[in-house]
Amino acid sequence: MSEEIFLVPDVGEGLVEAEIVEWKVKVGDVVALNQPLVDIETAKAVVELPSPYAGTVVQLHGEVGDVMAVQTPLITFDTTGDGGARVVSPATPGEAPGEAPGEERREAVLVGYGVANEDAPVTRTRRRGTSDASGAPSPAPVPMSVAATVSELSPRSTPPVRLYAKQHGVELSTVTGSGRDGLITRDDVDRAMGRVQSAQSSHTAARVTVAPTGPMTSTRFVGRELEPWATGPKEERIAVKGVLRSMADAMVQSAFSAPHAAAWLRVDATKTMELLVALKQHPNMANVRLSPLTIVALAVCDAARHFPGINSSFDATTNEVIVRRSVNLGIAADTSRGLIVPNIKGADQLDLVAMASALSVLVEKARTGTTSPAEMLGTTLTITNVGPFGVDGAVAILPPGTGAIIAVGQIVKAPWVVDDQVVVRRVVEISMSFDHRQIDGALASAVLAHIGRFLADPATSLLAG
Amino acid sequence: MIDEKLVQLLTPEGERISHPQYESTLGGDQILGLYRDMVIVRRLCNESTSLQRQGQLALWAPVQGQEGAQIGAGRALEPMDFTFPSYREHGVAWCRGVPPEDMLRIFRAVTTGGWDPQKYRHSVPTVVLGNQALHAVGYAMGVQRDGAEEAVMTFFGDGASSQGDVLESFVWAASFNAPVVFFCQNNQWGISTPSTLQSKVPLYRRAPGFGFPGIRVDGNDVLAVYEVTKRALDNARTGNGPTLIEAYTYRMGAHTTSDDPTRYRVDAEVEVWKHRDPIERVKALLAREYRVKGSTFDEVNAEADLMALKLREDVLAMGPPDPISMFENVYADVHPLIEEGRREMIELGVSGSGH
Repeated sequence: MSEEIFLVPDVGEGLVEAEIVEWKVKVGDVVALNQPLVDIETAKAVVELPSPYAGTVVQLHGEVGDVMAVQTPLITFDTTGDGGARVVSPATPGEAPGEAPGEERREAVLVGYGVANEDAPVTRTRRRGTSDASGAPSPAPVPMSVAATVSELSPRSTPPVRLYAKQHGVELSTVTGSGRDGLITRDDVDRAMGRVQSAQSSHTAARVTVAPTGPMTSTRFVGRELEPWATGPKEERIAVKGVLRSMADAMVQSAFSAPHAAAWLRVDATKTMELLVALKQHPNMANVRLSPLTIVALAVCDAARHFPGINSSFDATTNEVIVRRSVNLGIAADTSRGLIVPNIKGADQLDLVAMASALSVLVEKARTGTTSPAEMLGTTLTITNVGPFGVDGAVAILPPGTGAIIAVGQIVKAPWVVDDQVVVRRVVEISMSFDHRQIDGALASAVLAHIGRFLADPATSLLAG
Repeated sequence: MIDEKLVQLLTPEGERISHPQYESTLGGDQILGLYRDMVIVRRLCNESTSLQRQGQLALWAPVQGQEGAQIGAGRALEPMDFTFPSYREHGVAWCRGVPPEDMLRIFRAVTTGGWDPQKYRHSVPTVVLGNQALHAVGYAMGVQRDGAEEAVMTFFGDGASSQGDVLESFVWAASFNAPVVFFCQNNQWGISTPSTLQSKVPLYRRAPGFGFPGIRVDGNDVLAVYEVTKRALDNARTGNGPTLIEAYTYRMGAHTTSDDPTRYRVDAEVEVWKHRDPIERVKALLAREYRVKGSTFDEVNAEADLMALKLREDVLAMGPPDPISMFENVYADVHPLIEEGRREMIELGVSGSGH
């Protein structure tokens, strides 16, 4: 028997994987040259793959729904003729036929062939049907030491990775390369940002919204409208993919690597609400969208300035705690596509007006689905606004690679003791989850108290700095 | 919405119609030749698309639907005329005698060119959009200065017609009365942008604004394209200056194999154009008017299949080029910086020892 293996081709100039949409042949089928075999979906399109061989199908190497890495086996054929098993379909044009397939995975780029990722194994990931946690990004390999020959002035990398790093504000000189001879790969850049991109899309246990829309009344679940109780099927199975996949991966990665602890504080936010009313009446604020979230964002940034340790992350691969003296403030946003967490870069530098306008831009982009991937990368500290859903607090799960997430509850009129008198005040609960590996209860409490003081008397805090 | 001024000599049903300025001058054998060209080019295109889907080509730019425009124009050329294509002119390349396997080299990413332009009087594919129009006008001005009786023709699409390069070349061609024919295949879509969005007037009507004539021809009518192009080339050769031909046609497939046209256009539109197929109308004419038998059409198909098999074999046999060869042809002469880079690569052991 003469076997030929058809490898998953790169059908779109630099793609790294494709999902099997439909098999058009089965094991045992006799197929002709160029007969349609399978529909695959890539990031660019659904395409039909014609058979490169005439022969009998011996094995299909994936099932519908499987995501196959480019250059991994797709179908094995039994072809008549001479020779033993060999792999033809060198998915890299330019390789001689019959040559062994390159043991490499290419990084996706927009144009051209992409860059060999030298240490990445040929992988095949399963998109559905597994219950283990393998869907979570695998732990990063321990970086090798940089070869002595590498110039310290110019870290070795490739143009697409340089561009990628630049787009995400990562200084290559601060990145340790894990590729051959210290070559900096895209994974290294991702690691330097404290996360992998798939962890970006979502993170909290609760689905929350930025804009106050009131408690959820629809049957929306995992990005779709469920059928009514009475008429829907008794049991329904939904494939885990897309935004849901990203949320699940991020949650698993974070929940089972960072030991979470939480603390909360009830705050009299009456002065915050009064300040907002006064500000909204000021002519300079006519075009500024102000909300309690604006003041909370300023309070959180101010707390980070006083207690930088809260703006930190734990890097298990290098055994380091990274403290950042710049806040990329993540805001959990409930969108029609699901939960996303875009961030405001350098939020600690913003004054009231700048913060308000940055928040409205962020909300508008999230609402219209125009948030770019770059805007979801590099979060250092997160706020999730659960108040609009009518709850007081949440024990949120940390976005992977961050140290703390602050949940803001609903602001309600409640009895409050002032000068030994019970009076009605506007009260809000602030709850915070934190990574207990580097942040202890004392620090968390100090940060919460600082935020509380800010909201209790925002004018003084804003003016006194 | 086809303009009433559209030159058409053969309807989509394969019936001849008369036109006040043009009539078909071709006999049955010549028309059968055009049919054969179109069938082979379509087969070449389909095989290339398959090869791309099988991982053997990096990319392919399908020509399906535009065979009438390309074969009509390609066969109207005289041997000494010179042509400057974009990256989709496989039909023109076929007419110029470029071997099919050479057309695929650049799409397999094993060369930056693929053939000797002088040998076939056909330049290598230009991927920079519309850039070839400048090359063509420059070449045509050279032809003028040599006093040669040659015409130059350049090919581009409706999308490229919005490029500064193309419009600048219009200005220069008009100013110098250059012997050039601008052959624009309006295939209705510039990737995902409809041509009607790019030009508020029919494309051929842009030419008078630059000072030379423009004409719109049914790009799916190979007989009309042949006659219109022949006359435009004759005008160029005899000192009557440039012409813009707008071949009104349709890209039946994707922009390239990296594109998914179902995301931006409706099936109904594709269905309409299926009925305007350039090959079927010629087949109908040949069968009815020239009594061409079914066995003849079968022979053409068999020849196309054979070509496809050979093409596949040739492509599979193409090995990778020497990496060092990337330093060749960057400049015409030795360039110190390029030479330094080349030397460094050799020292790093990236092959090239034979140089």
